[in-house]
Amino acid sequence: MSQHAVRPTPASPTPPGGHLLEVRDLHVEFRTGEGLAKVINGVSYHLDPGETLAVLGESGSGKSVTAQAVMGILDTPPAHISSGEIRYQGQDLLGLPEAQRRQIRGRDIAMIFQDALSALNPVFPVGWQIGETLRQRLGMSRADARRRSVELMDLVQIPAASERLGDYPHQFSGGMRQRVMIAMALAMEPKVLIADEPTTALDVTVQAQIMDLLADLRRDLDMAMILITHDLGVVADVADRIAVMYAGRIVEHADVRSLYRAPAHPYTKGLLDSIPRLDQRGGKLSTIRGLPPNLMRIPSGCPFHPRCPYVQQVCVDVVPHDLVLDDGRTSACHFAQEVRDDRVS
Amino acid sequence: MFRFIVRRLLQMVLAFFGTTLIVYALMFAGQGDPIQALAGERPVTAAQRAYLTEKYHLDATGVGGFFYRYFDYISNLLRGDLGESLTGRSIGDILAAAWPVTIRLALIAIAVAVVFGVTAGVLAGIRRASIFDNATLLLTLLVLGIPTIVLAPLAQYFLGVRWQLFPPTAGADPDFFALLLPGIVLGSLSLATALRLTRTSVAENLRADYVRTARSKGLPNRRVVSVHVLRNSLIPVITFLGVEVGNLMSGAIITEGVFNIPGVGFNLFRGIRTEDGPLVVGIVSVLVVVYLVSNLVVDILYAVLDPRIRYE
Repeated sequence: MSQHAVRPTPASPTPPGGHLLEVRDLHVEFRTGEGLAKVINGVSYHLDPGETLAVLGESGSGKSVTAQAVMGILDTPPAHISSGEIRYQGQDLLGLPEAQRRQIRGRDIAMIFQDALSALNPVFPVGWQIGETLRQRLGMSRADARRRSVELMDLVQIPAASERLGDYPHQFSGGMRQRVMIAMALAMEPKVLIADEPTTALDVTVQAQIMDLLADLRRDLDMAMILITHDLGVVADVADRIAVMYAGRIVEHADVRSLYRAPAHPYTKGLLDSIPRLDQRGGKLSTIRGLPPNLMRIPSGCPFHPRCPYVQQVCVDVVPHDLVLDDGRTSACHFAQEVRDDRVS
Repeated sequence: MFRFIVRRLLQMVLAFFGTTLIVYALMFAGQGDPIQALAGERPVTAAQRAYLTEKYHLDATGVGGFFYRYFDYISNLLRGDLGESLTGRSIGDILAAAWPVTIRLALIAIAVAVVFGVTAGVLAGIRRASIFDNATLLLTLLVLGIPTIVLAPLAQYFLGVRWQLFPPTAGADPDFFALLLPGIVLGSLSLATALRLTRTSVAENLRADYVRTARSKGLPNRRVVSVHVLRNSLIPVITFLGVEVGNLMSGAIITEGVFNIPGVGFNLFRGIRTEDGPLVVGIVSVLVVVYLVSNLVVDILYAVLDPRIRYE
């Protein structure tokens, strides 16, 4: 497999102090009984203070694994980071000893997970779980941690917070549980919040509330956010930039507006076309044919070629590099320009 | 919770009458001549026969007579009178002497299971697929594969007789040291099961989502395991050990027999062998109560340990 050079990601040039968070050419493998699964194959993205990056992709595309690598909570083994850098405020996290790495977790970079019911410990009251971070990491007293926990629960708009401190996760509704999760992540006022499919397990009406809450909190607390999702609809209102992942790579990286207006990768185009639209009622929903590749046998050339409607011989033979388009976006497609301008047949 | 306990207590009453009825029926219904059984080989005079028939209400025959005697027995039992064994000793006295010994034995066995089983299980669960994990798997399979009736005489012969590390038998009024080897033998099965259960539970919980959350809070691994994982992993283990206490009280028949320990199991075994109906029924009635109570305690404990379980 060809290793391609690290190139700056689009939309903003590297600021003088470096990016707040930068992932460079990350490779992660999973060593399983059946063989080696190449889950992340050269992912690069960055995050600047105050912005929201959406990472979009199907399940198995590697979006969560990348985030867990950033957090340093990958299970190793089976996971193994074979190469790459994860820089936070200029410091390569992968080179740090676990004790220092741990200090950054929660304090600088915090994460919320998809299913709050299983992500919260079922046998401890929520107040205890929010307060644990404060007591253990900041050395707060029980009483102080309790007070602060109520504040945090107020912040995420849990009604009657002080009365619900002693309740257990299963006593909350799905939306309220996710709010507890968010309150917990905010305990140490992190600078980066990674939200891994925060609304996937929720009802549609609650999804919107949680997304609004996250967007408000991000603004009010001046955090940067990585929003991992497979739902294109969620992204549009909240994100500044989008990185679309496929088979462990970022196949397209662009600001939200231009990506929605004119996707420059056939996969992104397929995703956008498969959103049901009210103005095309009665017609058949378009889908992307085929299935995501088996990560133990990633197809030659462009990993998307078996599913791509525009496939040419070159796609089978040659791994496409990130093509930087004139407006600063990148797309890992041999025909990026043509796809964007809709000139392919 | 209160309603749950009340309902369970009512169920216990039913279970108690059901089991005692069955045991009573098995012991007495098939008996030919209970008075001759009482006297053994000796002849019974007509006066004695008339007295005993009167005393045990043997004149009532058939199913009606059986239930008459059963309710007679139960009403005595509820007044705390377990009756007399065929040897003429008060069954209450026999049990008062036997229970402390059996309880001590069961406590040693449980202590062995908790200290070694749970500790080794936690370690094996954390270091899954390590040498330690595989070694304990092999050992526990070995222990689980050998029935107590084989393990107890083997331990007695090698550790007690050949190498003389422990007293080979306990005898009347045994001290702690005399009960140690029988306790270990009795507890080995619980130890093996507790170990496997703990190991699986810890290994499973280590992969749980909430562990990932705890890690992402920046907690040290030590705390993640000892607080978050252990608290969840030990729920099934404690439940198992609770039920096991009840089992050990009654399951000590073989061990007490082999090591000659004058406990409840020993007396029960003797009662069965000598066809001592009143003794067997008396002991089993008490064992039923012990078993029912320990199960109730486990159910309540389960709700305390796991807040998701609320009995209504």
